[in-house]
Amino acid sequence: MLLIRCPYCGERSEIEFANGGEAHIARPADPMSQTDEEWAQYLYMRDNPKGLIAERWRHAHGCNRFFNALRDTRTDRFVMTYEMGRPRPEIDAATLAEAAR
Amino acid sequence: MQKFSALSLARKALGGHLGWTPQWRSVEPKPAYDIVIVGGGGHGLGTAYYLAKQHGLRNIAVIERGWLAGGNTARNTTIIRSNYLFNESSSYYEHSLKLWETLSQELNYNVMFSQRGCLMVAHTVHDVQVFKRHVHANRLNGIDNEWLSAEEAKAFCPPLNISPNIRYPVLGASLQRRAGTARHDAVAWGFARAASDMGVDIIENCEVTGILRGPGGEVRGVETTRGTIRAGKVGVSAAGHSSVVLGMAGVRLPLQSNPLQALVSEPVKPAFPTIVMSNTIHAYISQSDKGEMVIGAGTDSYVSYTQRGGLHIPAHTLEAICELFPMFRRLRMLRSWGGITDNTPDRSPITAKTPVPGLYVNCGWGTGGFKATPGAANLFAWTIAKNEPHPINAPFTIERFRDGVMIDEAAAAAVAH
Ligand SMILES: Cc1cc2nc3c(=O)[nH]c(=O)nc-3n(C[C@H](O)[C@H](O)[C@H](O)COP(=O)(O)OP(=O)(O)OC[C@H]3O[C@@H](n4cnc5c(N)ncnc54)[C@H](O)[C@@H]3O)c2cc1C
Repeated sequence: MLLIRCPYCGERSEIEFANGGEAHIARPADPMSQTDEEWAQYLYMRDNPKGLIAERWRHAHGCNRFFNALRDTRTDRFVMTYEMGRPRPEIDAATLAEAAR
Repeated sequence: MQKFSALSLARKALGGHLGWTPQWRSVEPKPAYDIVIVGGGGHGLGTAYYLAKQHGLRNIAVIERGWLAGGNTARNTTIIRSNYLFNESSSYYEHSLKLWETLSQELNYNVMFSQRGCLMVAHTVHDVQVFKRHVHANRLNGIDNEWLSAEEAKAFCPPLNISPNIRYPVLGASLQRRAGTARHDAVAWGFARAASDMGVDIIENCEVTGILRGPGGEVRGVETTRGTIRAGKVGVSAAGHSSVVLGMAGVRLPLQSNPLQALVSEPVKPAFPTIVMSNTIHAYISQSDKGEMVIGAGTDSYVSYTQRGGLHIPAHTLEAICELFPMFRRLRMLRSWGGITDNTPDRSPITAKTPVPGLYVNCGWGTGGFKATPGAANLFAWTIAKNEPHPINAPFTIERFRDGVMIDEAAAAAVAH
């Protein structure tokens, strides 16, 4: 079971959270101008990375707020969690290597 | 290839079983092939087999990053059935089930396909309506499926608890009698042996790290940890790693890779005659020929390539198993493990051409593609050989997500296996 740091409540066990899939997928600003292909990309296509992922979590059995996390999908190690609205943080090589370990 | 028969077994027994030879050739990769299949699971090996057997193509390599069939083929709970709701899916899965029925003879390899039936239990009024709808839809498509009352279900599977006083009482069940289980390794090994015999090269411990492209964007081969291998066509059957491999050619897929866990109990005497699945309280169980109770848990919710998941997921399943089968409450669990499943939003697979000429993909089987092993392999081989899909797999494209023609078994079943 994962130990997840909610930015608002602190570290809690995974059963308190709901995963919300890949983060930073922005709804098209002008929906009417989108092609079917662009809609498919937005709705269904995913990076599904083997390595660092930016993903959403919701502290469903806690403060119930959404937040984002950076995690390495090869090890399930979290690099950090951060508040909604913040851009995806840049991570240095040493931290990346630690997460992959 | 040495033929297996009662006679050959007796002969080798007399010789102290010393005379057996390897079942497939161990080879070094050649610099070029007509077709390279990425992924040596049941699907990839079967694809190579049908390419050789049905389409007369022999200059083929199957490239596997680990050992043969060590991915989801080795990790699944081997439930085989074809009682899916939509016409597109039921004809695909039924195509596969029919191939299973003669596979041991076809491959001269005992895949231990055991048609012991699959009972899907209903716990709510909604379940009852949905399962009856499945029964009717299947029967209209010529696929066996029948509705049983709770008492009839118990008569078919005596360990089932049909007490009205449990949290989710059993209200009835659908039964597909032709459903069953098979030996997971055997299907991969059988395909490998038969394909190798027809000239297919099976290359283990060789990871594909890149996809080579020509000036027009067309596929020219693959980059691997054992060097460059040129090929006119590349078929990817990499299950949980499909996004990673297709990403090497810049193709994005509607997939999420999630861990799916399973566990087995200590072996006991034959005690469980069939497969029982409950979608509502999420439990499925059958007994292996070794005597272990084979139990499948739910998927972990997040993207991961770790082949493990949280303990709370199997614990949840065991609670359901203990309530449905109280006699298993004191059974000890021996082992648990996880596999990485490639899930599409509609929980239906993709067996199709990709936007890259010469690149084909068979993926999205997620939590339920073992049953499809011969069928998907057979139709993927067709798609690669003819550069166009067979009518059965024609709806299972990547473009269905753009065009809005999903095959929404996710909505039909709530879970998929
Ligand atoms: C716990 C669990 C229970 C399941 N239960 C059932 C069930 O009851 N019934 C059912 O029908 N299905 C079930 N499934 C699903 C089923 O296991 C899969 O859908 C099916 O086995 C997929 O077969 P495959 O040959 O495509 O995949 P795999 O056997 O995973 O083969 C893919 C291969 O590709 C290789 N590969 C990946 N990347 C590369 C690369 N870059 N280079 C070279 N090789 C690569 C991998 O090493 C792997 O061996 C279950 C799955 C799990 C995990």
